[in-house]
Amino acid sequence: MTAPAHTPVQAKSITATDLDLYYGSFLAVKGVNITIEPNKVTALIGSSGCGKSTFLRSLNRMHELVPGAYADGEVLLDDVDIYAADADPVQVRRQIGMVFQAPNPFPTMSIYDNVAAGLKLNSRKIKKSDLDAIVERALRGANLWDEVKDRLGKPGMGLSGGQQQRLCIARATAVEPDVLLMDEPASALDPISTLAIEDLITELKKEYTIVIVTHNMQQASRASDNTAFFNIEGTGKPGRLVEVDTTEKIFSNPTHKETEDYVSGRFG
Amino acid sequence: MSSTNVDDLQSVVRGGPARGGAGDRVFRGLATGAGVVILATLAGVALFLIVRAWPAITASAEDLPGGENLLAYIWPLTFGTIIAATIAIVIAVPLSVAVALFISHIAPRRIAQPMSYLIDLLAAIPSVIYGLWGIAVLGPASVGLLRWLEDNLGWLPFFEGPASATGRTMLVVAAVLAVMILPIITAVTRSVFEQTPRRLQEGALALGATRWEMIRLTVLPFGKSAIISASMLGLGRALGETMAVAIVLSVSGAITFDLIGSGNPSTIAANIALDFPESSGLAVNALIASGLVLFAVTLVVNMAARTVINRQMRI
Ligand SMILES: Nc1ncnc2c1ncn2[C@@H]1O[C@H](COP(=O)(O)OP(=O)(O)OP(=O)(O)O)[C@@H](O)[C@H]1O
Ligand SMILES: [Mg+2]
Repeated sequence: MTAPAHTPVQAKSITATDLDLYYGSFLAVKGVNITIEPNKVTALIGSSGCGKSTFLRSLNRMHELVPGAYADGEVLLDDVDIYAADADPVQVRRQIGMVFQAPNPFPTMSIYDNVAAGLKLNSRKIKKSDLDAIVERALRGANLWDEVKDRLGKPGMGLSGGQQQRLCIARATAVEPDVLLMDEPASALDPISTLAIEDLITELKKEYTIVIVTHNMQQASRASDNTAFFNIEGTGKPGRLVEVDTTEKIFSNPTHKETEDYVSGRFG
Repeated sequence: MSSTNVDDLQSVVRGGPARGGAGDRVFRGLATGAGVVILATLAGVALFLIVRAWPAITASAEDLPGGENLLAYIWPLTFGTIIAATIAIVIAVPLSVAVALFISHIAPRRIAQPMSYLIDLLAAIPSVIYGLWGIAVLGPASVGLLRWLEDNLGWLPFFEGPASATGRTMLVVAAVLAVMILPIITAVTRSVFEQTPRRLQEGALALGATRWEMIRLTVLPFGKSAIISASMLGLGRALGETMAVAIVLSVSGAITFDLIGSGNPSTIAANIALDFPESSGLAVNALIASGLVLFAVTLVVNMAARTVINRQMRI
């Protein structure tokens, strides 16, 4: 069984224009304009409650799953509006995958079936041998293959937290999306597993556009190319994007004073 | 020093002095007592059934009603009971699970709420009413369908016919039973479906699953043991249901898989209800013996359900 080697793939960009995000009548995030570059890691930083998760979830139409929640504005994947009237959220999520804060493998499924879960959706028929190859490739891509290759049939829940998170990354990449969204993917993990995930992210940008929410400044500076800083004036006010630039610039010489205060640890 | 502090803390948490407080003792006594009473009742019922069935078990064939041996008397009833309950489960489980999923995951809240109230109301209807509905409405209404089944699926032993002209058949009884057990199965499975962790459902949707695929990937596996235990609850109820069967079913005592004819085996419960008032002597003992069989079948069903559920849990 041989898996195809990793070759750099042209991923897609995301462009949000005047994006407002609501929970019912509550405006949670206001007026975001941002271009997320392809094959780059973009980190979203900002204090708690400023709308990072809300914005991230709007990028693959997960936001609207909360009853009453909706988005107003435009989000382009390359040049296709994912909020167009004829856009199918299921197809959008197929192209823009997501990894969550806490690992969430399907508890009744084996490691293999977890990775293959997305591939069996939408009544796609895949030959067993192809499926094997894709599963192996995804697990190798998630730096998990060597640890699990002898127990692919065992439950995914039997893995450690860090392994489970890499399993979820493999599950998300197995369907070959263009973009991977990650909401604090390492916040529930120990430092070693965290570093493993960061290395993996650097590796994955060869094939994917990556957006990652993090509260960890070192993580943002280590793992990302660009950084977007979100802030909020006060409770009840909407969050907004203050600035987005190269990570280097944001951490050394940001344009806005509030960004500098935040990255240097002086906020409030 | 520190250990007394811990004790103090526990006593505060438990709302009384640590270990052996009066309230604690009373509560433990009540809980244990309730458990013992339940076990004693169960044992008492079993004992009563065995003691009163004994004369029929030991009697010779010619002394029993119908002049046959006890097994020949009870077996058709057991057969009828199991057939009626099984068909009812086959109809009710998919329907209940579908309704439960509709309420928990598909219908907008505005429709889901009233719908679940309505389903709960079904459980409040007395079984006599179900029986009357079965014989007066569902039976006559089903005659056309029964004929169609005979004409088109007559090669199956279930629909061999000849189709009943009144609709008082096993299939209609099973349908009535299915409606009767639908509320309990729906209520149990719905409440578990609703508890499916959100992070699992979102995980499936983020992979590009449609709503139905998300349900298949997360909700159904999560609710699997609930579906099994709810089905067993429903089965238990269908096995013991008396009035509806007694009213609707037209009985000949034949052992047949034909579900649409007018010659059907009765069920244990319905037979007891119909025959008990006119029975005396050994006939009463024979009825009680059939009750003992029903008791055993119900017990076995429940134990099987437990085993299945425990095995599910361990995975
Ligand atoms: N399901 C929801 N329903 C209603 N309001 C919500 C919901 N989720 C988030 N919010 C509100 O939206 C705002 C932004 O929340 P969000 O979770 O996006 O912040 P965040 O930047 O991700 O915070 P954290 O860093 O703590 O994860 C907050 O005011 C929050 O209370
Ligand atoms: Mg968040």
